[in-house]
Amino acid sequence: MATLPQGAVAVADAVRRGAVTARAVLEARLARIAALDPRLNAFTAILADRAREEADAVDAQVAAGRDPGPLAGVPFGVKDNYDVLGRTTMAGSIVNRGLPAATADAVLAARLRAAGAVLVGTQNMDEFAYGFTTENAHYGPTRNPRDTRRSAGGSSGGSAASVAAGLVDLALGSDTNGSIRVPASFCGIFGLKPTYGRLPRTGTFPFVHELDHAGPLARSAADLALVYDCLQGHDSGDFACADRPSEPTSLADPPAGTRVAILDGWFHDMADDDARAAVAKIAAALGATDRVTLPGAEKARAAAFLLTMASAANLHRATLIARAGDYDPATRDRLLAGLLAPADPVQQAQRYRHAFREEARAAFAKHDLLLAPATPCAAPLLGQPTIRVAGADLPTRANAGILTQPISFIGLPVVAVPVSAGALPIAVQIIARPWAEALALQAAAKLERDGVAGLEMAAP
Amino acid sequence: MTVTDDLVEMLATMAGFSIDPAHRPGVAANLALLLDRAALIATPPLAVVAEPAPVFHP
Repeated sequence: MATLPQGAVAVADAVRRGAVTARAVLEARLARIAALDPRLNAFTAILADRAREEADAVDAQVAAGRDPGPLAGVPFGVKDNYDVLGRTTMAGSIVNRGLPAATADAVLAARLRAAGAVLVGTQNMDEFAYGFTTENAHYGPTRNPRDTRRSAGGSSGGSAASVAAGLVDLALGSDTNGSIRVPASFCGIFGLKPTYGRLPRTGTFPFVHELDHAGPLARSAADLALVYDCLQGHDSGDFACADRPSEPTSLADPPAGTRVAILDGWFHDMADDDARAAVAKIAAALGATDRVTLPGAEKARAAAFLLTMASAANLHRATLIARAGDYDPATRDRLLAGLLAPADPVQQAQRYRHAFREEARAAFAKHDLLLAPATPCAAPLLGQPTIRVAGADLPTRANAGILTQPISFIGLPVVAVPVSAGALPIAVQIIARPWAEALALQAAAKLERDGVAGLEMAAP
Repeated sequence: MTVTDDLVEMLATMAGFSIDPAHRPGVAANLALLLDRAALIATPPLAVVAEPAPVFHP
């Protein structure tokens, strides 16, 4: 097992060359899952039989002299809100258990399989993606493989923990307010939240339609870029998906003259010393000295908070009224409050989105990339009620995403890059203008090559 | 902002449903939080061209 490749690029290369079989890689990952997942609780279901069939099909292609694709034999997982053929999509809840089974895999999972990847299982999350800690009342908490006393972050916590611990080489998550970037930060891996509308969400269970993004998590920037290229492309099943051609990424250094700035104000004030140090390290490596303030960031966060509560409540209205007791109490109380929200502030939040987008556009007139911490601090302990931010104790579950929410609110693409920050990692957001994922990925790849970003696989 | 359990039930009744009494304190706390956030974005007035279109273009 020790000689088997690790990571999507290495696994796919070895499988395509016939140096190792997809089945051998899969069996190694299944063995690691069996050994570690009882403690981590990253998975809600292991699909071993299906995965073995897929791995064997990949090996049969190689044996026949055909190329299985750029992700040949790469084991991956999907967050529990992705459709998997023949299974009911639970989305971290028990509320959905009466729904029919999915008749197809989610489009993004199908694209990975078409590229040769092997689906291993579904992964734990906050109920309906409403949270930042993956402390799920129905399925239990996911533990952080860097320190199992701590939260893996959320809501894509199972996806991030499984990648960090090497249970799989890639995972698909979703990010409405920070649910890819927060767990990437706490678990010390890379995560991509693309531009709103870039990747189709077809076949995923929605949380907040106007804020939901789908995206990948990986242990390296190169893996992240590879999987992103396999995911791109329009799908008419998602009304918000832009009809744009794929824009393949490059791992070359960012072009000379790329202008990088540090986000100041809210993004500095609401971060602790570790988070600020992580940003300073990334800024130094990218030659960023300018500081930029988005004065409306706090209001953007408030507006995102409001929209989330009201829109998610609207989605759940019928089941909330009929079966409130089936919800995780933390989810239930927020959704019921959202059902009672007055119309005026909800409308104001929608309109504020336009205003804050224009503020960000002005910043991108002068800079190509903006840097900010992904989380205000490193991973809190499981059950820790508050985090210390800007001299105040703020509730953990609602505030771990205070630095990601303003950015996803206006749909900007972000690569979260992990940095060692003392005993625990913390990630920095590399934020680009709309549709410029490729530039953010180039910066992430440079940081990884320079030894500034990226951590070894966790060994819990 | 203080929101009482009675206010929660009154609003729910207006909206056509009822909330289990055991759930009302948690709902009241979250509604108070929501209204605090709403106050943050209440001013200044936005330009009339700031649109709330549900189809968002980043």
